[in-house]
Amino acid sequence: MNVSRDGRPASAAPVAGRPAATPSLRRRLTELRGPGVRPRSLDARALAALAANPGCRRRALLDGAGIDKAALAQALGSPAAYGQSQFAIVRGHAFEARVTSDGGTELLRLLHERLPPGTPPPAPDEVATPDLSAAGPEGRTARTALALREATAAGGWALLRHPMLAVEVAGSPAYVEPDAVVVHPDGSWTVVEIKSFPMIDGAADAAKVGAAARQAAVYVLALEPVAGHVGAYTGREVTVRDRVLLVCPKDFSNLPTAAAVDVRKQLATTRRQLARLTRVEDIAGALPEGTTFDLRLGDDGKTATRPPEELAEAVEAVGAAYAPECLAACELAFHCRKRSREEGAVETLGRGVRGELGGLRTVAEVLAAAGPGAPEPPVAPGGPDDPAVVALRRAAALRAEALSRTVVPGPRAEEPGCH
Amino acid sequence: MSLIDTLARMEAVAAGRAQPRCTVRHRHLSRRPLVLVPLTTAGEAGAPLGALVGTDREKPALLAVPQPRDRELRFAFLAELAEAVLPYTDGFADAVEWEERKETDPETGKKVPVQVELCADAPQLLVPSGAGIEFVRLLGRSMRFRRTAEQEPEAPYPAPPHVPLLGRWLTHVGERARVPGSGLLLSMTDLLTRHWATGQSALEDQHLGALLSWIDPPPGMSGRAAAERAECARDADGQLLCPPAGPATDPAFDNRLLAPAMARYDAGLPGAEEALRALIEGQLRPTWDAVWHGVDLLRALPEGTRVAERWKRDRWSYTAHRDRVRAGEPPQPRQDDAVTAAQKLSARESAQARLDAQEALDDPLVMAGRRLAGEAFQGTVTAVEMAMSEGKRPMPRPLVTLRTDDRPQLAEGVRLHRPLADGRTQTAEFVAFEGDDEAAPVVRLTGGMGRGKTPEPGSVPEPGDTVCWTLFEHSPRGGPELPDPEDTPWTHGGPPPGAAGAPPDAPDPVTTEDFL
Repeated sequence: MNVSRDGRPASAAPVAGRPAATPSLRRRLTELRGPGVRPRSLDARALAALAANPGCRRRALLDGAGIDKAALAQALGSPAAYGQSQFAIVRGHAFEARVTSDGGTELLRLLHERLPPGTPPPAPDEVATPDLSAAGPEGRTARTALALREATAAGGWALLRHPMLAVEVAGSPAYVEPDAVVVHPDGSWTVVEIKSFPMIDGAADAAKVGAAARQAAVYVLALEPVAGHVGAYTGREVTVRDRVLLVCPKDFSNLPTAAAVDVRKQLATTRRQLARLTRVEDIAGALPEGTTFDLRLGDDGKTATRPPEELAEAVEAVGAAYAPECLAACELAFHCRKRSREEGAVETLGRGVRGELGGLRTVAEVLAAAGPGAPEPPVAPGGPDDPAVVALRRAAALRAEALSRTVVPGPRAEEPGCH
Repeated sequence: MSLIDTLARMEAVAAGRAQPRCTVRHRHLSRRPLVLVPLTTAGEAGAPLGALVGTDREKPALLAVPQPRDRELRFAFLAELAEAVLPYTDGFADAVEWEERKETDPETGKKVPVQVELCADAPQLLVPSGAGIEFVRLLGRSMRFRRTAEQEPEAPYPAPPHVPLLGRWLTHVGERARVPGSGLLLSMTDLLTRHWATGQSALEDQHLGALLSWIDPPPGMSGRAAAERAECARDADGQLLCPPAGPATDPAFDNRLLAPAMARYDAGLPGAEEALRALIEGQLRPTWDAVWHGVDLLRALPEGTRVAERWKRDRWSYTAHRDRVRAGEPPQPRQDDAVTAAQKLSARESAQARLDAQEALDDPLVMAGRRLAGEAFQGTVTAVEMAMSEGKRPMPRPLVTLRTDDRPQLAEGVRLHRPLADGRTQTAEFVAFEGDDEAAPVVRLTGGMGRGKTPEPGSVPEPGDTVCWTLFEHSPRGGPELPDPEDTPWTHGGPPPGAAGAPPDAPDPVTTEDFL
């Protein structure tokens, strides 16, 4: 899933029917990255994560501008705990190679098993496997669109390995790369996602399947405009199937097994969230003049020479919507968490916490409102008649009453093992 | 998260250390638990990398797989694990008590009392985190269908002896861990988060090191600073100071230390195996110590009154599985049939309801949460008016008026429950608010007063007494009975094929190529 984003003039970019980034925006995004900094690739996983937190302007801008968030977090002094074990990478690649090695015979067999009974099976030599290599992401996207058109017009089976698709994110194009797309003889297309987590006795880890489904939804979304064009060109009805094929190792082996995953829900969510993403243009426009996230890398190309305070100021210029879920999805999360904790924001304790607290935004406000004899805030939210405050006072009183009745032994003060 | 827990978390933020969520310990903690800290190989299913296991905190047994892709080495690991775990689980099998139980006589069809064995104690496995519980289940699944050379002399790649048996035990405790309030297999993070509220989110509480940092920060450090250090701090080599509690390893450890060490092992360099074992132990040992640190913290809490009753259910569960193993029954199937699945769900639901009720009755702090939610109320008795029921044989039905600050969700006729001093539950019903004053509910006692015309002494509260009524039952019963698996209706797939004595699940196929 190597995906790239490019700031070069996208004259050839077939982001079908979508407005390409304006030259002024591209210039502004280049400024934000800093001179000579290549834009960072954005993959479907990151896209799905971005769509999961559409209120975060900071992430929308940094991702939209293709800024290396991991390097930024490092320079800010709050590096992300990310990375992938090489064992997992090797295993993932070996499994994918195994599944797709024989010209797709195995993959199409798995797909056919999940289709309605009675569908004629594809013969191995009837499956077209077009070559999709081309220069640059725009070239590969164009090549993919062409191959999809030809395969659909031919009316047979076709397997496209690692096609490249463009999807518009907050007003600028991003390129995503599904593991495979299968063209059916009836003109419909199926997204194939190959994952290396196991399916044991027909069931896989729900969280991992959910992540894969969200990722696949991004691919389906990216295929839809292409399908529209191909349909108009060939005169056939072209549909992107909303059931994707998830291929995983079976039990404890690396023999593949597959399941059809319905991604309609994820598709609707992702579509809605991507539409909600504030346009990068608007966010960039609201920044103070001269704001940049340039790290001013030293001669080694790794060490940032820009003072962290200056960077922090630039990052603070655009608002974030931190929640603990960010920790697993965003490289900058530790920085945002630090800030959020310093401000005492209640969201640091979980996204759901806000629900019961009415207008109270910080831990200090909540504790002050809960405490007896606290000065009454003059404004209505957080005031004495606010139902949230009444409930909090009651909770605090009940808690204090229960704790005063029993002596809770404190933790032992001994040298801890893992600190 | 309820408001009272949110408040506790905020107090923890302000105080810089975790705050109590309970005043007693709500889980049984064995005097001699078996701690298991496993590590797995990234990207592989069921390829363990190593483990520390044992009941002696000073002397854990280190099991390590120098090359997880080698089937022989994985088997050797599992055999060693069986040697470490099975003597412990078997050690509780023979000390038994006798219990009377009603069973249906097969000839007469009547319920007759029989004496049955109940193991006096049961094993308790402790793992660091929820992911550890999942890994125990996975290990159980990967082992229980294996065949030893004794069972199938012809089959290639026989499993070492005892490995299938260990798989069945791990599957059993893994399945039992899904029953709320059970104690055969527990994770330290679950235990600690049940009893303390930290100043971070529930998501971050899954990190055992960070969680312990909040509960018991090192001297001179705030919980927040210690937790952030446990999560992120790395040494000069980029290795975490507090390794993850597993079973997943830190990618930086895999890439910078483990992979080169494995390459040296594969090359057959002298001392490479010892170096690998030392590496793996270095990742495991901090977690091992952290689990025992958590055990110490939990032992300082007094045990809740009703914990022993729940532990007895665990002992029944252990005894039942011991009997199944002794009877030579086949391993647990890959998938439960419809009736078994429904039974398990219903058992878990009633266990959850029972747990919620018992925790509240054992612990005023938990009860405070239920009172805040309007599911219970406590107050002082202001008046007691004697009344009798109508009917042939009038029974005492006293009316008790309370003064309370709680705002329970009451409607006329709502059933109420109250524990009596002798452990029985007294039932009552809500009548009305006196003078429409929400702070003065009137309650009619409907039971727990004996059979006489005058209530037994102590069974009716007196003015000035403090009483606590709950809207929930204290010993909730399960749902309706389910049919036998042989009578599964067609709506649920009909009788399972295994019910008629079909052969049990076949082992996973082995292949000559070692695929991992």
